[in-house]
Amino acid sequence: MLRRPVLAGLLLACASFTVQAEWAVNMRPGVTDISQSVFDLHMIIFWICVAIGVVVFGVMFWSMLIHRRSSGQQPAHFHESTSVEVLWTVLPLVILLAMAVPATKTLIEIYDTSEADLDIQITGYQWKWQYKYLGEDVAFFSNLSTPSTQIHNQDDKGEHYLLEVDEPLVIPAGKKVRFLITAADVIHAWWVPDLAVKKDAIPGFINESWTKVDKPGIYRGQCAELCGKDHGFMPIVVDVKTPEDYAAWLAEKKAAAAAQRELTSKNWTLDELMARGEKAYQSNCAACHQASGEGMPPVFPALKGSAIATGPIDGHLDIVFNGKPGTAMAAYGKQLSEVDIAAIITYERNAWGNALGDMLTPQDVVKYKQAQE
Amino acid sequence: MSAAIDSHAHAGHDHHHGPAKGLMRWVLTTNHKDIGSMYLWFSFIMFLVGGSMAMVIRAELFQPGLQIVQPEFFNQMTTMHGLIMVFGAVMPAFVGLANWMIPLMIGAPDMALPRMNNFSFWLLPAAFGILLSTLFTEAGGPNFGWTFYAPLSTTYAPESVTFFIFGVHLMGVSSIMGAINVIATILNLRAPGMTLMKMPLFVWTWLITAFLLIAVMPVLAGCVTMMLMDIHFGTSFFNAAGGGDPVLFQHVFWFFGHPEVYIMILPAFGAVSAIIPAFARKPLFGYTSMVYATASIAFLSFIVWAHHMFTVGIPLTGELFFMYATMLIAVPTGVKVFNWVTTMWRGSMTFETPMLFAVAFVILFTIGGFSGLMLAIAPADFQYHDTYFVVAHFHYVLVPGAIFGIFASAYFWLPKWTGHMYDETLGKTHFWMSFIGMNLAFFPMHFVGLAGMPRRIPDYNLQFADFNMISSMGAFMFGATQLLFLFIVIKCIRGGKKAEAKPWDGAEGLEWSVPSPAPYHTFSTPPEVK
Ligand code: HEC
Ligand code: HEM
Ligand SMILES: [Cu+2]
Ligand SMILES: [Cu+2]
Repeated sequence: MLRRPVLAGLLLACASFTVQAEWAVNMRPGVTDISQSVFDLHMIIFWICVAIGVVVFGVMFWSMLIHRRSSGQQPAHFHESTSVEVLWTVLPLVILLAMAVPATKTLIEIYDTSEADLDIQITGYQWKWQYKYLGEDVAFFSNLSTPSTQIHNQDDKGEHYLLEVDEPLVIPAGKKVRFLITAADVIHAWWVPDLAVKKDAIPGFINESWTKVDKPGIYRGQCAELCGKDHGFMPIVVDVKTPEDYAAWLAEKKAAAAAQRELTSKNWTLDELMARGEKAYQSNCAACHQASGEGMPPVFPALKGSAIATGPIDGHLDIVFNGKPGTAMAAYGKQLSEVDIAAIITYERNAWGNALGDMLTPQDVVKYKQAQE
Repeated sequence: MSAAIDSHAHAGHDHHHGPAKGLMRWVLTTNHKDIGSMYLWFSFIMFLVGGSMAMVIRAELFQPGLQIVQPEFFNQMTTMHGLIMVFGAVMPAFVGLANWMIPLMIGAPDMALPRMNNFSFWLLPAAFGILLSTLFTEAGGPNFGWTFYAPLSTTYAPESVTFFIFGVHLMGVSSIMGAINVIATILNLRAPGMTLMKMPLFVWTWLITAFLLIAVMPVLAGCVTMMLMDIHFGTSFFNAAGGGDPVLFQHVFWFFGHPEVYIMILPAFGAVSAIIPAFARKPLFGYTSMVYATASIAFLSFIVWAHHMFTVGIPLTGELFFMYATMLIAVPTGVKVFNWVTTMWRGSMTFETPMLFAVAFVILFTIGGFSGLMLAIAPADFQYHDTYFVVAHFHYVLVPGAIFGIFASAYFWLPKWTGHMYDETLGKTHFWMSFIGMNLAFFPMHFVGLAGMPRRIPDYNLQFADFNMISSMGAFMFGATQLLFLFIVIKCIRGGKKAEAKPWDGAEGLEWSVPSPAPYHTFSTPPEVK
């Protein structure tokens, strides 16, 4: 690669700007071969622009300093020159052709999603990500974990303010991981700058992208397509582990899935469901219906004293399970476990003075699910 | 054609009596100067309204954390700011300039279709009244970005989206009528001897802009109509659950949207091509290549739309096509910049306010062009797309591009409009404060964008804090400075040094052959162009 040494020089020049992280002024080279190529392209085109700029603005400033009436300049009268005009049409064309070559090459690499070692389905929801390890029976949601007290300036903001989640995506180092990206409601975009992966998550479409990270570490990104109220609050964290650590993590996840199945079949008491329900409500429903159950009428209805939450339990289960098409109320049947649905509904029927005293068990939800299919 | 000329002979009758008195003059007027002034005032008011929304955005982004507004309202502010600036401030300002200047530049007595002219103006206050009123509805106004991607703008939209659609339809009707009027005027009412290749560049760029408008405003109308059907009539154009295609929305939108960005810049190219030669006291370099460059830009603008969609997952070949086509646009754009610089070369320059704005236009628009070239590189765009780098890019082409082009035009032609010279010291102050404010506001956005800050977010990680604070301070400075412009214009209307027919010694063109202020009726008998 001929351009390596030149770029190294340019990089150094830039690095002198970027020493203080707080004043970062440039793209990061990232941690994959692709992100490095993308960074190189960025720097080449940047320096091409700088070079053209120096010439054009140089001539312009020279002219503005010298060709002034105040310094007694008489205006010239020329207004055409075919050769010059041809030259400055052809020259940019040649520069652009030269630029198109490496850009095309990188693009072809980015589009080569074949022969992946691992497939992960990424689904964007308002306002969280779901990661599903295909063929592994492992799936989970990843929510913002920055406390709202920090967002509302009641607490000091941490280093990873708004870039931290409750459960990161975990992938093995040195393996080609293919992402199958889609969305359940509106369009989102999955973006991790250090991997140079940005792909829209579109309902009804499955987009493909891939990465291969050699260096274990934690890489952070954000949703990059306006997706509603909490668009700024659905970060992405990728935890790249060594293959051994990854295997251990996966085994643990599978065990947890088995335990979950066990939970579904166990006999729950009202108190146990309430305790679990409160937690699950906070992380899944409070964004709209609020912790107090009072909602934000008229957009997000109150559940405290609401007709549905205090009405027949089937209707309550129906709206939570299937959502309400055409509104922001999503179908949670696909997102939450039977246990959590049962717990949340039980919680909603017995919290904030909704003292119905009844409860819904995970088995009820399983039965409901089967009846629907 | 003959009908158009007839109505002209008619307008000639009013020659002796001046404008009607009172409010009805403005409601019923068919005079191109009155209508031009109304467009310009309307656009300036919208500029202040959209600007105030930008101030709200920048105030919220002054520091990390949520302080002033909630995310729901923040999204309404970004959406309305974008919509109002694009459709309410920039486009009507150029239509206003076209109304005032095209007849004066081609030696026509008025626009070809004066009544339609009146109607297309008065649709605008209605459209924006409707749009702004949505902010007071219970669920709030449009909150889905000025690009209103479905399904966020359909299934998930606030109820007010129907009003938004109606507003967009009205703006579209107004723009199409305005464009028809411009084309009819330019093609039919040129003074004898004014061949196409003798027309001032402002007239040329507007002619081409008008064709762009007629081509793409119906596409926008189709786009919002499909939304309307999805929302109210059970269709599923954009709804995946019903077999529709959310990506189709983006293709349709950007087929309109990319030419739209040229609609906002081509007339400014034309104005600057009049101003630079005037203050360099030297003819424009490469007139013919300017015309061809404008036409090529207009043509290319139809085949690059998917460069806004590099991340939606279009196939590799599509991606490559749109990347190459976009890079190609840099060529005619470069030709224009080189021509302007060569026009300045070996001139005898002075730097009155219009020239200052025009020179800043060339420099800063070129910087916006550079970042545009960077965005064209599809693999790199994966890192830039939907970040503040893009916000920096389009503000560099819109603020010092479109807006500075409008300011330059306003200062250049104010003496012709009002009969007075504006206050040069205040004009220069306005320029320098705007120049410094706008660079402080928008340059740091390149940095935070490259460092990874997405656009359209009300809150951000601490690493972006310093530059955001600088950016906000620059924005406040830029915003406040625009009140000075208002003051300068009012002062100039009310008095000042008398302007001669041709206040700029280097200026060329028929508009300088009539007295200042331009009489209510001009060129009732067409001038002779040699
Ligand atoms: C993205 C915002 C959002 C989230 C998150 C959300 N909801 Fe809703 N919810 C709504 C909206 C909007 C409605 C009103 C739908 C309508 O128009 O009828 C609603 C309605 C409801 C209703 C019916 C209330 C009534 O009386 O009309 C219930 C019950 C409900 N949601 C439960 C939940 C539960 C349980 C969760 C968490 C698992 C949840 N919601 C999460 C937005 C949300
Ligand atoms: C007064 C000076 C201005 C300031 C301070 C300003 C500031 C901003 C900011 C901060 C955003 C980004 C919002 C976000 O992504 O969260 C934005 C968006 C935008 N601005 Fe401006 N702006 C100004 C003038 C203009 C002008 C003159 C135009 C058009 C001619 C314009 C057009 C837009 C558009 C189209 C958007 C995109 C809106 C969207 O994301 O949907 N702005 N502006
Ligand atoms: Cu988002
Ligand atoms: Cu475009």
